Amino acid sequence: MTQSTEFDYDSVDREQWLHMYEQMCKIRSFEENANELYFSRKMPGLTHLYIGEEAVAVGVCEALRREDYITSTHRGHGHCVAKGASLDRMFAELLGKEAGYCRGKGGSMHIADQDTGNLGANAIVGGSAGIATGAGLSIKMRGTDQVAICFFGDGALGQGLLYETMNMAQLWKLPVIYVCENNLYNEYTHNRETAAGSLKARAEAFGIHAEEVNGQDVREVYSTMLRLVERSRQGEGPAFLLCQTYRFLGHHVGDVNREYYRSKDEETLWKTERDPLKNLAAWMVEAGLAEATIFGQIEEDVQAEVAAAVEFALNAPFPEVSEVTENVYA
Amino acid sequence: MSTPKPNANERIITFSEAIREAIAEEMRRDPSVFIMGEDVAEAGTVFKVLVGLVEEFGPQRVIDSPISEAGIAGLGVGAAITGMRPIIDIMFGDFITLTMDQMVNQAAKTHYMSGGKLKVPMVLRTTLGATRRSAAQHSQSLHAWFSHVPGLIVAIPSTPYDAKGLMKSAIRNDNPVAIFEDKMLYQLKGPVPEGEYLIPFGVADIKREGTDITLVATSSMVQVALEAATMLAEIGISAEVVDPRTTTPLDKQTLIDSAKKTSRAIIIDEGYEQYGVTAEMASVIADGAFYYLDAPVKRMGAMNVPVPFSPVLEDVTVPMPQGVVEMAKMLCNKL
Repeated sequence: MTQSTEFDYDSVDREQWLHMYEQMCKIRSFEENANELYFSRKMPGLTHLYIGEEAVAVGVCEALRREDYITSTHRGHGHCVAKGASLDRMFAELLGKEAGYCRGKGGSMHIADQDTGNLGANAIVGGSAGIATGAGLSIKMRGTDQVAICFFGDGALGQGLLYETMNMAQLWKLPVIYVCENNLYNEYTHNRETAAGSLKARAEAFGIHAEEVNGQDVREVYSTMLRLVERSRQGEGPAFLLCQTYRFLGHHVGDVNREYYRSKDEETLWKTERDPLKNLAAWMVEAGLAEATIFGQIEEDVQAEVAAAVEFALNAPFPEVSEVTENVYA
Repeated sequence: MSTPKPNANERIITFSEAIREAIAEEMRRDPSVFIMGEDVAEAGTVFKVLVGLVEEFGPQRVIDSPISEAGIAGLGVGAAITGMRPIIDIMFGDFITLTMDQMVNQAAKTHYMSGGKLKVPMVLRTTLGATRRSAAQHSQSLHAWFSHVPGLIVAIPSTPYDAKGLMKSAIRNDNPVAIFEDKMLYQLKGPVPEGEYLIPFGVADIKREGTDITLVATSSMVQVALEAATMLAEIGISAEVVDPRTTTPLDKQTLIDSAKKTSRAIIIDEGYEQYGVTAEMASVIADGAFYYLDAPVKRMGAMNVPVPFSPVLEDVTVPMPQGVVEMAKMLCNKL
């Protein structure tokens, strides 16, 4: 945290901050609509919402190029949007439609978008650590200056695969950045019950460069990632970024009554004082970078875009039943 | 469908040399092919199958890994999705248990889950087979596990010729392919062309023609079946030996056609008999050749016990030629 405070936020163009605000806004609006689709029984299955954690995905992906890779999680819509996916095809996938990113075969937990470097969301906790690290190995072997980002939650710190792959990433100096979204809960269990010792020290034990940021502050996430990405591009190896964050809603859309594992006071504190959208807007107004009214305008525009995307998905056809046996083998 | 057979006048090399030659040829042909695993470089694996590869291709393409089977399988998936063709070396087939999430939930499903956009052209090469006095955690034949999962291809070569052709096909295939090599076959010699040839997946090979009974045999059990066939010939029973060569995809038609011709079938495989690949193949024959059968389809697999260490115990857990002969005689009413 100490290093990132040295970053000069004035060096970032006002338009870029506004773009980050818009991206966070898109994620929030996407998720609110996904929630609505669930409760109105228009979406099959269920989904895991990213509301509250927007600054992590946006701060990280803003520091990337289109050809850089990400791997994502079951709570992956935010990463997908932030990396540049279109909302209409994402909603179509959530509804199991043919126009979806995976032709309706993946659903909410498996959206992949090769064109924006998204190697896929993964419904096995920590399951994509191998894929991201393998992408890093591939980058090194092919000699490009891409980087691979592995998003995972604090729950993945219980998985051995993560440690096997971080070990190899550091041994072979692979351009992989492990982004731990610590939202405090492994589903319905606080991580004080599941994780011994220091979270960051896990990466440091391998000699991996590790930093910790306030994941509710997109400025801090973004500026820190710029440095981490640059050092990986320069061949300095992997990094670990611990982002302190919080999901404002439940583990999934059906997790509505949460008092048995976390208090309403705790939720209220995060929602009121640590909302990444509100905080960025307040800072920009205070710093004289934007009028307060501009944020309302952005929200309106985003909501219109999202509404159109939902409409597209609702009207899109389901795949033909004969599709079921397609794509088992390449 | 038939494929070219090795010419008896060909160069004779071992199964192990055939595997090495296949990998070396593919690595020369395609710079995206690399191999990673425990002790694959200077050691050339514990079975010395890969000796010489690191000298030719360097440690960047013949990579010694930590003892992290899940991790290297996972790196294989990620490298494959992003343009490489990794060969992941898992020393003993027993250790595929450690790769299961990466193979079953990641490698096998990525293409389907992405609606056909992402591909995982990786090979997992590993071993099978008992009778090396290595006990319960280094002797199993677990190819049935991968054969169960849609999205994976499973190859189980039984001869040097098949080993080279199947390995080359595996490396060029755009899907995850697991190839199981029988440890006891590494020194088996046979004719192998020096030049280029591929063996397609899902095409069985008739290793010996016969008219009275079909012996469907895989991998290590092909030699057992051939030996049994020789013994059966001496007592007037003509046995046909059919080697599926891949379990997924399975050449059902060749199995059915052979059983229709002979009217009797035994399936012999070194995996545990319970829920093993023998069950799938027996079912294929029972369904497809029912009206042509003169006897129930029988199965012979490894005994349903953890593989024991003591030689006197271990030897009775694996099908042997004499046991196959007894079963065949019973089915042919020649007891």
